[in-house]
Parts: sequence; structure tokens; C-alpha cells
Amino acid sequence: MVARRVGVLSLQGDVGEHVSVLESLDVEVLKVRTPQQLASVDALVVPGGESTTIAHLLVTSGLQDELGASINDGLPVFGTCAGLILLSAEVLDGRSDQWSYAALALSVRRNGYGRQIASFESPVEVRGVGEVAGVFIRAPKIERCDDGVDVLATYDHGDGAHPVLVRQGNVWGASFHPELAHDARVHGLFLDSI
Amino acid sequence: MSSTNQTPVTGTAIVKRGLADMLRGGVIMDVVNPEQAKIAEDAGAVAVMALERVPADIRRDGGVARMSDPLMIQEIQAAVTIPVMAKARIGHFAEAQILEALDVDYIDESEVLTPADEEHHIDKWAFTVPFVCGATNLGEALRRISEGACMIRSKGEAGTGNVVEAVRHLRTINTQIRRLHSADANELYALAKDLQAPLALVQEVAAIGKLPVPLFCAGGISTPADASLVLQLGAEAVFVGSGIFKSEDPTRMAQAIVEATTHFEDPSVVAKVSTGLGSAMKGWETASLEQRLAERGW
Repeated sequence: MVARRVGVLSLQGDVGEHVSVLESLDVEVLKVRTPQQLASVDALVVPGGESTTIAHLLVTSGLQDELGASINDGLPVFGTCAGLILLSAEVLDGRSDQWSYAALALSVRRNGYGRQIASFESPVEVRGVGEVAGVFIRAPKIERCDDGVDVLATYDHGDGAHPVLVRQGNVWGASFHPELAHDARVHGLFLDSI
Repeated sequence: MSSTNQTPVTGTAIVKRGLADMLRGGVIMDVVNPEQAKIAEDAGAVAVMALERVPADIRRDGGVARMSDPLMIQEIQAAVTIPVMAKARIGHFAEAQILEALDVDYIDESEVLTPADEEHHIDKWAFTVPFVCGATNLGEALRRISEGACMIRSKGEAGTGNVVEAVRHLRTINTQIRRLHSADANELYALAKDLQAPLALVQEVAAIGKLPVPLFCAGGISTPADASLVLQLGAEAVFVGSGIFKSEDPTRMAQAIVEATTHFEDPSVVAKVSTGLGSAMKGWETASLEQRLAERGW
């Protein structure tokens, strides 16, 4: 199936960058803030931002259960940074009441690469794409992956290689922000996989 | 750089502006202690601004307002998982160095504190941590960006609970951006001179039709309707200073402003969250003010 209409969850975060990257791939893009909008998209991007804020707004917007059901029904979803956290099975160093969708069988540590002063850029080699500019902002670190998770890119920050781009079925997650580098290739890989 | 030699680089423009990008559509709340910081995070704040007194109290107390005690900033960092910002005085690069050493996530070189230098702002390129600065017009915004600011916020008139100055600043900045965007290339030299801004930045704004960094709103936002107003006027996120913890029910006010910021284009949502909120902060008519904080900085 080719995704005709791709949603960007637009509760909070770097929505505009994802929209412009997706538009460069010639798909129709819809900002998603309501269950009705969610029901009308063929795929969804969950942007970077603050995972606690986006989680809070998913609840108040009535999207929390709808999005969970959509993921279970096979909706292709790609989360970057905060989006990765929201899709992960286990969140370390989060709030005590932090919830997530457990669509990716992995453990992720919030701000695992450090606070803002440690935020960095580094090239990342992505399988099927080649080298992309990796932009890591207070980035989450994937510390453990189950066998069912396909690792498409790793990065070694001096403490061994950690996955930074993964997929499990229709669900994709990245520690970094391909959208901030205005590079559409990773989004293209996600859309091509659908 | 090759893919085998993965050398990380910190403090680049894309990394510093990137955190501002992540805060878009969010609410940054002033907090004076860990308890308030928890309330802000629980309510959905994207970041907190750690300071000893909110602007309304600075205005009331008078005296010299300085950077906060590092202990208080550290306690707030320990209390929440979201980014923690803190304020340095205009031109006080030593305060900024201290804040960077404390690992704060963003420094606000702020007119809310008493300026330390009446001629020079901080050279913000010299820092790895990103800076936000206030502006009342486009020329001021571009001067701050030329000094290395990675986010611009309207100054508004902090601590008044009155949004009128923030609206004036946002409208001014956006009107001036539209003027540049519609200008001929050969007009930009004179426009740069009028704006007292570097030509290269003037040309960049003229080409892209917006600031090269995110534009947020601060100064006097006290209700969900205020947040909706400034977002519709082109702000990409809001700072709320005194407006939350000087209101009757801070938890509900904080949640309501967060929801109104996300759903600013949907009046039915803003109406719902505004209903039965209790009173907003009392506020000041700006014409009655003895001290205009927005006049600090240049």
C-alpha cells in the first residue's frame, strides 16, 4: 500500500519540520489533533517535543486510546525522539507515572545522551539509505532491544554502539531528528516500507 | 567526516535552535521552587524557567534583580524531567557562565532582571548552551540573533498580567517581516540601516519570510484566551511568568493554558478550558507603570 495521506501528531513539538519533509515526498500531509483526524490518515508521524507534554495532551485530547487501537490495528507510525519514547515498551528515567504504547519492544532512557549542553550532531549510517546527519537533542538512548526489533542504524557515543533507528513491523522509532536536517530519506524509507 | 569516524559536535546552531524547535506549541512556565516545578510538569509544561521571584514580585519588591541561587536551580533540575531554563542579567556573561556550568538547558538573557551592561549584550556564540532573548521589534530581534540568540521571544511587559505589550511586539515584528519579504532586493540595504540590523540577516528574513529562529511570546499572558490570541498572531509557543502561580487555582490555570496553546485554533476547546477557571492574576494597566522592563536592552 502507498500512503496517500500521512498525519503528523500536532499536539506539541517540531511539527512544522516533519510537515515540510513529508510534503517534499509528495504525500498529502494532515496535522492530527483529534480522533476524527487520526481516523483519516494512512500513516502517522509522532514528532520530537516533550514526551511528558505530548502524553498529557494525548489524554486530554481523547487520542490516547484511539492511537493505541490504531497502532494495534497496524497503522504505520514513525516516532522521533519524544515520539520514540511514546512508542517504547519501557521508559527509564521518566516520570514515575510515565506511560507509553509499548509498540517497540525496547527500553529507552530519557535524556540518555545528556542534557541540552550535551546535545550533538554526528553522521549516522542508515541501512538502505547511507549516511545521514544525525541531530540528537536531549536525546533518548535505546539501551535494550528485543530480538523482534530490526535495528537500521547504530551510533557509538563512546560507550558502545546503541541503536538509533529501529523498526518493529509497522512501527518505527529514531533517537535523532532526520527532520531537523531537512533530509527526507529516512521518512522516505518509512513510507516505502508501508 | 566519515561514517566510521563518528565524531559528535556539540553547540552547533542546528542543535541549539533544535531545542527551541522541540518546545514549539508548548508552554514554558516560571517557577520559584520544586513544588511549583512539579505542578508545571504535571500540567503539561514543555519547560520551566527557574527563578527566585516571578516578575510580578520583582516589580513589587524593587531593588536589583539578579540570577537565581544555584541551589534553587539544582533543586528544580532534580524535581522534573523537562528542560530547565534560567535567567541571566543583560550583559552579565559571568552569570551566564555559571548557568552553563550548572547544565541549565536554556539561558534567558532577560530584561526582567536588572541589566548589568548598558551597552553590550552577552556574546552568545561563546556558549554551548543556547540563549533566548526578548525583543520589541525586528531590528532588536536580529541584533540578538547576530549575537547568537537561538530563540526570540516578545518582551511584552512582564509581571503585569496585561498582554497588550506582547501583542504590540508580536505585531510589530511580524509586520516588519512582511515588509522585508515583499521588498525588492535593492531596498534591503536601506531597510537594514533603518532596522539597525546586519544586512545578511535582513536578506535571510526577506528570503524566508520569517525569523531564522523560533519566535515565542512572553510578557503578560495570563489566560487561555491570551495564549490563543498570541499563537494566532504568529507566536510558536508561550512563556507564562506570573500568570500561573499568581492566579486563584494555579494547577487548573496551568492545564488550561497548555490545552489552549495546543488547540488555539479551536475556540470550542479554549472556551471549555476557560470555563470556571477562577480569577486570573489581578494585573496592572501598563500606562500606570513606573518601570517599563521592555525598555531594558537595545
